Amino acid sequence: MTIDNSMQISFELNGSMRRARVEPHERLIDLLRDVLGETGTKEGCGEGECGACTVLVEGRAVNSCLFPAPEVEGLRVVTIEGLCGEGLQLSPVQAAFLEGGATQCGFCTPGMVVSTVALLGENPAPSASDIRNALTGNLCRCTGYVQIVEAIQSAAAKLSAGGEA
Amino acid sequence: MVLPTSVEEASRLLPTAEGGASAKLLAGGQDLLTELKEHLVEPDTLVNLKSVPGLDTIEWNEAGELTIGALVTLTDLEEEAGVVEKLPILSEAAASIASAQIRSVGTVGGNLNQRPRCWYYRAEHAPCLKKGGSECYAFEGRNKYNAILGGGPSYIVHPSDLAPALVALGAKVTLKSHSTSRQLLLEDFYTLPSDGDILTETRLKPDEVLTHVHIPKQRAGMRSTYLKFKERASYDFALSSVALCLWLDQGQITRTRIVLGGVAPKPWRTVKGEQAILGKRVDARTIEMAREACLDGAVTLSENGFKIPLTKGLLTRAFQKLA
Repeated sequence: MTIDNSMQISFELNGSMRRARVEPHERLIDLLRDVLGETGTKEGCGEGECGACTVLVEGRAVNSCLFPAPEVEGLRVVTIEGLCGEGLQLSPVQAAFLEGGATQCGFCTPGMVVSTVALLGENPAPSASDIRNALTGNLCRCTGYVQIVEAIQSAAAKLSAGGEA
Repeated sequence: MVLPTSVEEASRLLPTAEGGASAKLLAGGQDLLTELKEHLVEPDTLVNLKSVPGLDTIEWNEAGELTIGALVTLTDLEEEAGVVEKLPILSEAAASIASAQIRSVGTVGGNLNQRPRCWYYRAEHAPCLKKGGSECYAFEGRNKYNAILGGGPSYIVHPSDLAPALVALGAKVTLKSHSTSRQLLLEDFYTLPSDGDILTETRLKPDEVLTHVHIPKQRAGMRSTYLKFKERASYDFALSSVALCLWLDQGQITRTRIVLGGVAPKPWRTVKGEQAILGKRVDARTIEMAREACLDGAVTLSENGFKIPLTKGLLTRAFQKLA
């Protein structure tokens, strides 16, 4: 048994190993934004309703506002920053959101994009209903979702022709 | 936060029936962390069950029985091949819960032990009956989401989607402390507010840990489904849900299990509804008998009368889907 106050953790963030000292009650989103400076991940509701804070942990979409930071020890975390290629080249999903006008104010977009990457990892050719189902945990208050669904279908089509989400 | 390495060690860190440390068990945290944020609970210690090995597996034995560890995530349960093939009711119930993000992290044990969603309970400054106050504000207040069956003196509904499905499957749960181990039918695990301790929804003792769920092998030919109605199409808790298992022999019902969710303070098994339709064919008349018998005794509050026709509609759909 270990009783810890702060603890040293190391984990893979967007392909690089990172070390940090975290408090037991610290949230993953605070570690990412305030300690490691990766501010692409947004905090909306702070209680798991809106999905703006979505990141990938071991390839699965999670709400980083409801995820204890110490628990990423040894795991692989990907945030919106980790999706870009060399020289900040946009990934196919990001490019599809941009081209399809699937953003408006943009606050939900990092979470939307990250949830999309999780979806396409499991289902490379999702139907519109699969997409809506996979994104139920991501709220957008501007777009009405139609262009988001279209952008995801477009990204899926491009990816099936070759490429990585 | 404490990281125990065994269930026994975790149990020793929890309060006893006489009180003691104000520790809480943490698993996926998808309910507990929101309770902490609202200051509904303020434990001095979190006992993180995830450091205990052996609680995150789904295992079928040779006899066809299924054991699910408390730390299995809802996503893993939903996608397990045997569950998808043999127990659609359970896969459907898991898939109906919250969002992909929450299912990735939320656990089976946490889903079964989650606390009420009633807005008076969740409002930090409302000292409702469930938080040790003297009044259930829903009774005379805003009660659209509250109970129509089994209510009083509190009118919460149990929020779990897995619970009605698991009760329909005759599941048992293992509850362990540092010195005891027992199994209960999940149906008997849950309590009504009128049963006694209003501050809890279950028979789990303060120093016990729900470690496993056990599903017996089902009789051959079972058809099953879980239908849930939500106020919004994306994700939400159930306004009403129906867990239905049905066995037919040449069109006649030889056995059935009907459990309602979202309408009572615990998963509401309706033995009366089950008995009313044994030996009958699944036709409009039989479904009507089931609808009436299942809702027998329902008492509506000022704003939740819609739950009666809604639940009847779900029952019709469930029978039509399986017959």
